[in-house]
Amino acid sequence: MIRLYSILLVVLFLGPVASSGQDFPERPQPPRLINDFADVLDSRAENLLEQELVAFARQTSTQIAVVTISDLEGYDKADYAFQLAEKWGIGQKGKDNGVLILVQPKIGNKRGQAFIATGYGLEGVVPDAVARRIVDNEMIPRFKRNDYAGGIAAGVSVLMELTRGEYTAEGYLKKTGSSGSMLGGIGIIVFFFIILLTSLGRQRARHSSIGHDLPFWVLLSMLGSGSRSQTGSWGSFSSGSGPFGGSGGGFGGFGGGSFGGGGAGGSW
Amino acid sequence: MRYLKLIVLAVITFPLLTSCGYNRMVELEESIDAQWSQVENVYQRRADLIPNLVNTVKGYASHEQETLQAVIEARSKATSINLSAGELNEQTLKNFQQAQEGLSSAISRLMVVVERYPDLKANQNFLDLQAQLEGTENRIAVERRKFNEATRAYNTYIRKFPKNIIAGIFNFEPRPYFEADEGASKAPEVQF
Repeated sequence: MIRLYSILLVVLFLGPVASSGQDFPERPQPPRLINDFADVLDSRAENLLEQELVAFARQTSTQIAVVTISDLEGYDKADYAFQLAEKWGIGQKGKDNGVLILVQPKIGNKRGQAFIATGYGLEGVVPDAVARRIVDNEMIPRFKRNDYAGGIAAGVSVLMELTRGEYTAEGYLKKTGSSGSMLGGIGIIVFFFIILLTSLGRQRARHSSIGHDLPFWVLLSMLGSGSRSQTGSWGSFSSGSGPFGGSGGGFGGFGGGSFGGGGAGGSW
Repeated sequence: MRYLKLIVLAVITFPLLTSCGYNRMVELEESIDAQWSQVENVYQRRADLIPNLVNTVKGYASHEQETLQAVIEARSKATSINLSAGELNEQTLKNFQQAQEGLSSAISRLMVVVERYPDLKANQNFLDLQAQLEGTENRIAVERRKFNEATRAYNTYIRKFPKNIIAGIFNFEPRPYFEADEGASKAPEVQF
């Protein structure tokens, strides 16, 4: 009898403790970066994106995780994203370079919600204003057409380019701003031509063998490939996922990164 | 012979002292202090955003002097209270929180007023500021939660038997928590 009571007591005391963290899904086993709990992605797109993200995580150690969920259980989307990201520990410990893309798809009358939460370490490269533009410009328009895979992929590719430092947040803000983007583009082209002309002139003046014998278009292409980092800032954003894909092996697991409330979201 | 006894006593008690939780208490207390500076950082960040916000709104909504003035005053009141981790107690934390809440409500009144100015709401600069402000509010919520978690870890540790005796001897006192703001448990939602 005493034993029964003690078991009851233990259950009574442990019960509430065990259920306190139950609002958020457990860390996936085996670890995955794409967690489609709401089941809005088809398996082919999901696998493709997963491979891309795993390769990216291996290359840069930045972990971009995607979670879709059909119900936020009454939490604000930002609050839910931060607590979930912190619980899973997305990103590396110390570097805190994790990103969580949280999507609650539009079901029936319930509004769809999306949020990008950035770890402490990425707040500089992905400021809140940028996160908001990514959600507003890349993700929500596609989500509205029910293209969840496309929206997530578009958001992910911008995030990858930002965190890899291929172009800066400033550049992205300018690109998505109302005006000035055209002018900026023209400015870059003009700048490019000036560089081209001066370097051509220099080549000629030096009478170097390369400048002398090679036709104009070869030089142009050489210059083009030489200034990759410049062209990247006004290149296409949604096609930035080329070199990834066929990597073997799975994702090693979350590293224990920490989140401090960076990021932004939107609803539709 | 007496010295020998003392030495033996010291040798026996030293590991007892280190394993009795004293060091752990120091660690936990330190983590509260570290977390407090994070809390201060995010509040400072919000205060830093406000002059920019006020100026942007002023350009479009110059009639709203009163609301803007209220924000500026609430900001100076909030920034006037500087609380170092050592001065944290129930009363000082409450004052700090009250001043910051005053600023929160002044900002939210401003945001309601802003709804009447479509030009302002279409301004990209304002939209970015708004995103930053929202982000700062999120950061405040997160850092406050982490502060409370650190405080809870410490408070539970020093109150448990037998560590409460050690805590009593070395004057480890329970630390204050942030209390939930009035009506803050629910995220405000704008209905159209």
